[in-house]
Amino acid sequence: MSLTGLFLILFLVIHLIGNLQLLKDDGGEAFNVYAYFMTHNPLIKFVSIGLYFFIILHAVAGLWIAYQNKAAKGSRYAVSHRHGTSWASNNMALLGTLILAFIFLHLGDFWYKMKFTDQLNMVSYESHPVAVKDLYERVATAFSELGIVIAYLMGMVVLGFHLWHGFQSAFQTLGLNHVKYTPLIKTVGKIYAVIIPAAFALIPVYFYLFLR
Amino acid sequence: MSADMKLTLKVWRQKNNKDTGSFETYQVNANEHMSFLEMLDVLNEDLVRQKKEPVAFEHDCREGICGTCSMVINGQPHGPMNATTTCQLHMRHFKNGDIIVVEPFRAKAFPVIKDLVVDRSAFDRIIQAGGYISVNTGQAPDGNAIPIEKNIAGKSFEAAACIGCGACVAACPNGSAMLFTSAKVAHLGLLPQGKVESDRRTKAMVAQMDKEGFGMCSNIGACEAECPKEIKLENIAFLNRSYFKAVFGGVEE
Repeated sequence: MSLTGLFLILFLVIHLIGNLQLLKDDGGEAFNVYAYFMTHNPLIKFVSIGLYFFIILHAVAGLWIAYQNKAAKGSRYAVSHRHGTSWASNNMALLGTLILAFIFLHLGDFWYKMKFTDQLNMVSYESHPVAVKDLYERVATAFSELGIVIAYLMGMVVLGFHLWHGFQSAFQTLGLNHVKYTPLIKTVGKIYAVIIPAAFALIPVYFYLFLR
Repeated sequence: MSADMKLTLKVWRQKNNKDTGSFETYQVNANEHMSFLEMLDVLNEDLVRQKKEPVAFEHDCREGICGTCSMVINGQPHGPMNATTTCQLHMRHFKNGDIIVVEPFRAKAFPVIKDLVVDRSAFDRIIQAGGYISVNTGQAPDGNAIPIEKNIAGKSFEAAACIGCGACVAACPNGSAMLFTSAKVAHLGLLPQGKVESDRRTKAMVAQMDKEGFGMCSNIGACEAECPKEIKLENIAFLNRSYFKAVFGGVEE
């Protein structure tokens, strides 16, 4: 869980940096050229296969562990009084399942339409030798619908809670605990869990409020 | 001022491992100076007088060092006080008229034997799997013959404070024994005397822990919050570190 989790944590940063180009006021040129690059560069293609694999591995391993742990607990207490633990850490499997559902929704919206259909219009830019698919327009269309914007915001809240526990937990599982660095890891993890989902959430909100 | 208190107890009653068990409600007249176990003694005396089966619960030293008094009080192993065993929990922390729910520790690796008594022999087998440490016999060695850094000795002592009560397993939503096992691995593995067999010991104890059917650690931290001896989560990181070292770097047997 920890190794795949840390890989996915890294992926979120890369994904965010790419996506923030959506906020650039150039009619989507930078983002569309970037999307073309990400779908055509052989190295990126290779890494993306690893990414799909790690997402699936993280999800399957997580659900399997949750199932095993439920069995190891056996019966539950009549009275439950947990203190000293975060809500997120007690509900990682639930949060993870919700994130998986979000990923399916998200891939269906953009990834599937970009890679496997011809639904997207082609646009040409002077700066780019070949015409590229207008993914920017698809994003703008999706985020003009309030329902989709709300679903994305909820997805980011769930992701935030998952990271709130997951970030520091990955280091603990790997045995990376030290009096000097553990407090730093915990603080960075909490800041990360707020900043990254918030920055992602900014995109649909910006599109809905200003570009509709 | 009267220190007497009337309490309603909901106690888990289960004849044996095959029985499904259920809660029974009892009224007890206790006193705020009693320990929780003394209050249960009063309940049992009442039950014996009424020719009913007394509640089976485990107890031994009654001074907070043996780790025998396992029970979950109002959803918390060893009750509501931090760093306190059931025997050291006093009734003054409850109020007159309180309803108190008492259950056995719950984990598949800790099957209920009767009422509040669970079988914690899985812990004994984990310790046995750890084996021995190499110590010179003969005359008592000089006190400072083996230099040990003070903070390391301190961490080892803190880990050695584990009394093997099983509250960590009881508190863990995963029924994991990682805090217990890590305390044992850390208390020996941190010291020069225990380092000799460290790789073999760590692997053997983890293997036994898995074999007993304990759950996997997901770093929730409920164990640390409930531990009557305040064993820290950093021991689990130490165990993970030792385990990786033993598996990836250890010498094959």
